[in-house]
Amino acid sequence: MMYTNLIWMWGHPEVYVLVLPAFGVYSEVVVTFSRKVIASYWSAVLGMIGVSALALSVWLHHFFTMGASVDVDVFFGTMTMVIAVPTSVLVFNWIATMWRGRIRFELPMLWFIGFITIFGIGGMAGVLLAVPPADFQLHNSLFLIAHFHSMVIGGVLFGIFCAVSYWFPKFTGFRLNQRLGRYAFWCWMIGFCLSFIPMYILGLMGAPRRLDHYSASTGWQPFFILMFIGGVVIMTGVVLQIAQIIASFIEKDRLRDTTGDPWGGRSLEWSVPSPVPFYNFTSIPEVSTRDAFWEMKQHEIAKPKYEDIILPKNTAAGIYIAAFGTLACFAFVWNIIWLIVLSIIGIIVVFVMRTFDDHTEYTLTAAEVQKHEEAQLRKLHAAGPVKEYNPDDDMGLRSLVKWLWAYGADVIRNKKWRTR
Amino acid sequence: MTEKEITQHEAAADERAMFGFWIYLMTDLLMFSALFAVFAVLRGNTFGGPTGRELFKLPQVLAETIILLTSSFTCGVAMIAARRGNKGQTLLWFFLTGILGLVFLSLEVHEFAGLIHDGHTLSSNAFMSSFFVLVGTHGLHILIGLLWMGITLAYVIKRGLNGPLVRKLAMLSLFWHFLDIVWIFIFTFVYLRAFV
Repeated sequence: MMYTNLIWMWGHPEVYVLVLPAFGVYSEVVVTFSRKVIASYWSAVLGMIGVSALALSVWLHHFFTMGASVDVDVFFGTMTMVIAVPTSVLVFNWIATMWRGRIRFELPMLWFIGFITIFGIGGMAGVLLAVPPADFQLHNSLFLIAHFHSMVIGGVLFGIFCAVSYWFPKFTGFRLNQRLGRYAFWCWMIGFCLSFIPMYILGLMGAPRRLDHYSASTGWQPFFILMFIGGVVIMTGVVLQIAQIIASFIEKDRLRDTTGDPWGGRSLEWSVPSPVPFYNFTSIPEVSTRDAFWEMKQHEIAKPKYEDIILPKNTAAGIYIAAFGTLACFAFVWNIIWLIVLSIIGIIVVFVMRTFDDHTEYTLTAAEVQKHEEAQLRKLHAAGPVKEYNPDDDMGLRSLVKWLWAYGADVIRNKKWRTR
Repeated sequence: MTEKEITQHEAAADERAMFGFWIYLMTDLLMFSALFAVFAVLRGNTFGGPTGRELFKLPQVLAETIILLTSSFTCGVAMIAARRGNKGQTLLWFFLTGILGLVFLSLEVHEFAGLIHDGHTLSSNAFMSSFFVLVGTHGLHILIGLLWMGITLAYVIKRGLNGPLVRKLAMLSLFWHFLDIVWIFIFTFVYLRAFV
């Protein structure tokens, strides 16, 4: 039990470490696509601080059945219910942000709405599990499994999908195919509900986790079949997401983001071109309000002024340290003493070389920055006027298959692998 | 870019680095607090073996404590010299700190060797496991501190006391004082408490 306590003392704050960045993503996405400022900035911030602080005092709810005294269970049960309060503050805050906003249902927003639905259901199940007497019934049942998958898939994974579809144009320079993305989203959403709603019911019927067989007399079979169908639908969603990425690369030129601001963004990263130049901003922007870029767009955007920028040089030290660290972990697991010693020496040597390197930065002069910026502008002019982007024109599944078929046939017919 | 802007940039970088180091110290403190908690829970679980009262030699531990506290003092003096830019004094006082650290470490290794020689090892019982892990982790930190001190001083000899090196020495001194504080807790909760 000492080990279990120690691992969850770390492990439960860890799940909040997973979800807090996703909360940040949702807060960005919901304001952009509701075209409103966030409903109450301070309650969102306090909610996040509250979650991170309370996260440190709930770990024992993973093992109420350990046999600690009632007082201990009551304390951790109460704390677990209390942590639902700042989390709900955040959820209500996002909903309030959507309220009376002019919502655009673009792909990131869809992932956000999917998240809030699933996360809400999973969160309520979590509060139910926080009650120690209820937990004694539901411990290690499928109800628990359904709960934490709602939180981690609905919360964290959807957050990653949301973030990727939102910032993809910013780091690659072109949008993701929205049409296939929507198909994938609906597969995920429907598949998730088909899988996990029956799972809640199964848990309440008493089905435990990790079982290898069950009697037909339990009546669980139909629910398990539903869950299987849900799994297949989610699989289809995954395949569609891969197709989405392939289709986006095929149509790269049509999907190119020439403005740097494909969503009508509110925060400063949208004020620079996509993909972001290596020096980020030509001069550090002065921020006086929240949603600074939105404010700037309402007024005249100031002519860029150029100044010297100090930039860090590239370094591979981190990669080397990580490689030696991986070797060290491997060696520790398999008790290979010489490899442990070797990799730790490797880490120290790289670390010392890096930390005593006093020349890790260089200066980019104002003239060079200006040259880069003007080259960027020339490229924009050469590309012609900005075309109106309509997601419905994105390549659908049929045209993707057609394209791939034609491409494959072309490669085979003209023996392209030879000429390369 | 003007001279003034560069100085400002460097000062900001310095401040960020120190802040990062404080965060590191706090996370290290978290690890030590977990180890202390483990020791507090397991200190009675001797599995029929001898307790701390029978194993620990208080005079030796007291000597270790005094040596480490003195090294913290010499480290403080060395930092004053470093901030004044006095290279010779900095080297001398840090050298003294290092020697004291080395003496401390050898005393601790001696203590561990004696225990292991008498058959009280990491795997004897839960009390011994938690003892060796807690005190050993502190010893490992001292070892890393000594290594760090040696390398940094070699660079001070080579390059003189430039800005980044003074910052590294300041971090080292923070680390050293931090280890001192942890040791005071070990002295109190592990050793002295065994005799209460």
